[in-house]
Amino acid sequence: MRIVVPVKYVPDINADRRFEDCRVVRDPAEGSLNELDENALEAALRIVEALPDDERAASEVVALTVAPADGDLALRKAFQMGVDRGVRVTDDALAGSDYFGTTAALAAAVRKLEAEGTVDLVVTGMAALDGLGSVVPALLAAELGRPALTLAKKVAVDAGTLTVTRETDDATEELSAPLPAVLSVADTANTPRFPNFKLIMAARTKQIEAWSLADLDVEAASVGTAGARTETTSATPRPPRPEVEVVQDKGEGGTALAEFLIRNELV
Amino acid sequence: MTVQEPTRNRTVLVLLDPATEVRSSALELFTIARSLGRVEAVALEAPTVEVLAQLGAFGVETVHQAELPPSYTGDARHLPVVVGAALAAAVRRTDADVVLAPATFSAKEASALAARSLGAGLVIDAAGVREDAEGRVVATKRVFAGAWDTESRVTTELAVLTVRANAVVPEPAPAAVATEVEGFAVEVDAPAPTVVARTPKARTGGRPSLEEAAIVVAGGRGTDGDFGPVTELADALGAAVGASRDAVFEGWFDQYIGQTGVTIAPRLYIGAGISGAPHHRGGMQASQVIVAVNNDPEAPIFEICDFAVVGDLAEVLPQAAAKIRAHRGE
Repeated sequence: MRIVVPVKYVPDINADRRFEDCRVVRDPAEGSLNELDENALEAALRIVEALPDDERAASEVVALTVAPADGDLALRKAFQMGVDRGVRVTDDALAGSDYFGTTAALAAAVRKLEAEGTVDLVVTGMAALDGLGSVVPALLAAELGRPALTLAKKVAVDAGTLTVTRETDDATEELSAPLPAVLSVADTANTPRFPNFKLIMAARTKQIEAWSLADLDVEAASVGTAGARTETTSATPRPPRPEVEVVQDKGEGGTALAEFLIRNELV
Repeated sequence: MTVQEPTRNRTVLVLLDPATEVRSSALELFTIARSLGRVEAVALEAPTVEVLAQLGAFGVETVHQAELPPSYTGDARHLPVVVGAALAAAVRRTDADVVLAPATFSAKEASALAARSLGAGLVIDAAGVREDAEGRVVATKRVFAGAWDTESRVTTELAVLTVRANAVVPEPAPAAVATEVEGFAVEVDAPAPTVVARTPKARTGGRPSLEEAAIVVAGGRGTDGDFGPVTELADALGAAVGASRDAVFEGWFDQYIGQTGVTIAPRLYIGAGISGAPHHRGGMQASQVIVAVNNDPEAPIFEICDFAVVGDLAEVLPQAAAKIRAHRGE
């Protein structure tokens, strides 16, 4: 079983996230592996760990990121959780990529890995916490010509078939598809493991493979700002909210709340 | 956002899935669509008579009803690959300029797949849509937990956008139209998963849905599992009920507000016993008015709210509900 897990290094949601010149500021000191990618890594590792010994020995989990060099921080975290390989696609031409540019680079990297041997499964998180688009898994599946089973809260792989349970806005669904497939997991799918000391030490010396667009046969003009079909024309911080009105409840707090709503015509 | 007269002769397709009811998110999309051009809808099933009457009132000229291959006419018709193929085929058929869809996870995926196959620019989770001086479609977005506003311009001829609920107040068209229904054939080329089972969620009768409600009352860890006071206030206000992720993980409620749960931007949000962790704020900070009730005066949610009560929610919420019911003369 070979599994590729696309991961992203994103600004920490507790840090002061901001834009400069309509681009997200990516400060290596204030970033982290996208928390939702930990659910994807966990799901991938569990699928491999559930295999019989001989299949497990022949398995490989590859973390893949499309990022400048600071994306290595996301790959290091993936190594700490237990992945076997880390691949980073880096190219100046990728800056400013839209959903389609990012997908093209990820898909090309999966195809290059496929040249070494079948990639049975691509496992992603449900969203990246900076953009929150949640569409790259479906686009990646389309690009690779594989079925997409997204937002899974339960995952099972049995005899070459992937089965998931998922909650959409309208229904609870059980979906299945034969491998190879693309899977995205919800944040309710599992609790990601804490890295153990041995893996943390080992992660320090793991080699990261760096690929460029030329290595992937992707045309620079099809990605990045050049290939993007939308452009961000402005980014403005919202004004802070006016001073908060605080009421200490001494028996009339509920009445005060209702009066605030009535006064502001919210009832 | 008021409804502007469009300056260009555009065709705007609105995704209507399901077509057996018209949700307020769809009415908002029709309202936005009228500000951009001629409004048509895409459905995966036959709209009911009641639905057609509402579509007419909102100015929808035509419903394009997808005729799907036999293997996709059942539960599989709601799969994003199927909906995406229908949207793309409808655009090719109508030569549409804009596609609008709601901001559900499934509609986002379907929109992305349609945009991919049509080479169109894609905006996810727009909070507002307008045209600029050159006639291009521009979307506003609220990002980073409501802390920043961005504007994105679509540079392709076709623009595909998913729009968050509560972006506009739905307004019927000045004059109703007679909505035509036209069938069109859809091929599904992409590999699709098999739908082994599908159980539709009951839309709780009486209470609005969390995704679309204008008022939301949410409960967190501070409820200790008793959502009674939360639902009592919600019902007094005609509001939807939500929860924090912690409360859902505890099994106290089934739908959580947060950046990976339901993302809301109602006119009024009331959080009770919710501390305001970044994850939760990411799902509600774009709300217009934020009210918090918490017994911890240091709760981070107090930093982002307009009105705060430091106190026991089990006392405060029922009292507020009683006062509101009295105000309404009930």
